[in-house]
Amino acid sequence: MERNLILAFESSCDETSVAVIENGEKILSNIVATQIKSHQRFGGVVPEVASRHHIEQITDCIDLAMSEAKVNYEDLSAVAVTYGPGLVGALLIGVTAAKTVAYAHDLPLIPVNHMAGHIYAARYVKPIEFPALALLVSGGHTELVYLAGPGQFEIIGETRDDAAGEAYDKIGRVLGINYPAGPEVDRLAHLGKDTFSFPRAMDDSQSFDFSFSGLKSAFINTVHHADQIGETLKREDLAASFQQAVVDVLADKTMRALDAYPVKQLILAGGVAANHGLRERLDSELTAFSDVEFLKAPLKLCGDNAAMIGAAAYVSYQLKQFGDMSLNADPSLEFDWIAS
Amino acid sequence: MKVLALDTSNQTLSVAVMSDDQVLATTTVTTTRKHGAHLLPIIEESMQIAKLKPADLDRVVVADGPGSYTGLRIGVTTAKTLADTLNIELVGVSSLGTIAANIMAENQLVAVLFDGRNDNAFAGVYRIQNGMPVSIIEDQHIPFEKLLPQIKALAEPVVVLGDLDAFKERLKTALEANLIQYPIELSLPSAVQLGRLGQRQAPVSDVTSFVPRYLRLTKAEADWQKQHPKEDSSHYVEKV
Ligand SMILES: [Zn+2]
Repeated sequence: MERNLILAFESSCDETSVAVIENGEKILSNIVATQIKSHQRFGGVVPEVASRHHIEQITDCIDLAMSEAKVNYEDLSAVAVTYGPGLVGALLIGVTAAKTVAYAHDLPLIPVNHMAGHIYAARYVKPIEFPALALLVSGGHTELVYLAGPGQFEIIGETRDDAAGEAYDKIGRVLGINYPAGPEVDRLAHLGKDTFSFPRAMDDSQSFDFSFSGLKSAFINTVHHADQIGETLKREDLAASFQQAVVDVLADKTMRALDAYPVKQLILAGGVAANHGLRERLDSELTAFSDVEFLKAPLKLCGDNAAMIGAAAYVSYQLKQFGDMSLNADPSLEFDWIAS
Repeated sequence: MKVLALDTSNQTLSVAVMSDDQVLATTTVTTTRKHGAHLLPIIEESMQIAKLKPADLDRVVVADGPGSYTGLRIGVTTAKTLADTLNIELVGVSSLGTIAANIMAENQLVAVLFDGRNDNAFAGVYRIQNGMPVSIIEDQHIPFEKLLPQIKALAEPVVVLGDLDAFKERLKTALEANLIQYPIELSLPSAVQLGRLGQRQAPVSDVTSFVPRYLRLTKAEADWQKQHPKEDSSHYVEKV
């Protein structure tokens, strides 16, 4: 078999990443330059600051990815890049750099949807078998995606308000935890108990949509009320109660989706997929679906990175889904909804 | 020397392919708002017309600021990636100086202004010497009312170019007969002039650290520096 090498780019938010991927399954290099420390100064990602950091990093990341993978440009089969969704100014750096490399070395260009990339992070555990269902949970997105076959992604449910990761950041702020709050809330939650019984938006309707704004408001009101009467609430219990509610909602909708859409695999992906509470809960719920295999994106590949983009791009490469030099960033790119 | 020159720092997108000072192909477009979508197709076409392959290039020249932040990043990312991936030379030239180079009259003063919002300007003043613009008042982001007396104090005829809508009347009143106006086409950047300037400038020593000259901090960064004057800002991005 011919060795297929894809040089992949990711710059949709606050990580500049370039990777070299072999046959869509082997990471030869995956350079990630994170700007988290910079944006922590401002309590969240500042788009113009993000764009400025990306341009500082981009060619250094390319050079490192190529040298670490020990490959030359003549060895490459294609160049892949995230073109959306994300911050437009941030996306533009990766898209522009990827197009330039593709032009300079006469290589095909593969546009990749960032969310497809997150799902394909699970490809590094084992091959995806279709049909599959993916629960995608990140700072900007919470959605259930149905994969009928290679390169096919259809939304069956998504958040109506905040993404799960966004809710974590907002309640984290109330607890005095700096952005991104997810890992610290997850850590605290394991030390506490669900004593507050926050509301769960799990109506009995057929919809697979999520909602976290009611939970977030209940959390904030509880803390403010305690502040007003001079009472101190246990942070660990607050975190545990919040996380339990989020996990309940995610698990409930996912199990109902599995009932409605029989699949071979459930894929858990996205930044919040690194959450231990969520991983453990889905592990135990899935014992009820003995014929569904549970594929969790590797912890190291849950955050934004170019290796996942390279894995998704390999599928597009085989399907010959190439872009041209006019490819532009599409900040609001989305999968289609499933035809019902 | 085979040179690709490109300017996307403002509304105008200009590309030139040159062999020393000979222009092989050039395209200038003023109607696109999507530099990200149009720059590479225009480069590709210009190179084809010039019968050059990317590997034939010796040097990339880019207008590196000031200008629209997004526009600058599209141009600079393209230029630095091309230089890095082909292992060729990279030169950054002032976007203001590029426009000043449209004027050929020896010893002539040329002021170039871009609108910098809230009555500020991105501006620089140049003198044409041996056919090249030489900086007299350095490129900066400055309140127009502070810039105007500096130009007036030069007490010489000065050609004023750039986006002048917001400033024209006050320039006329202050400079009187010393204000020289030229047809609007001379306010458009030309990648041919850019390429000419870029061939006479030393290439950057480190392509990787090359960034646009924004001449302005982001508001978040400026506020932060005010509150943390002693903090070193060099370690905010890390490879993990
Ligand atoms: Zn992401």
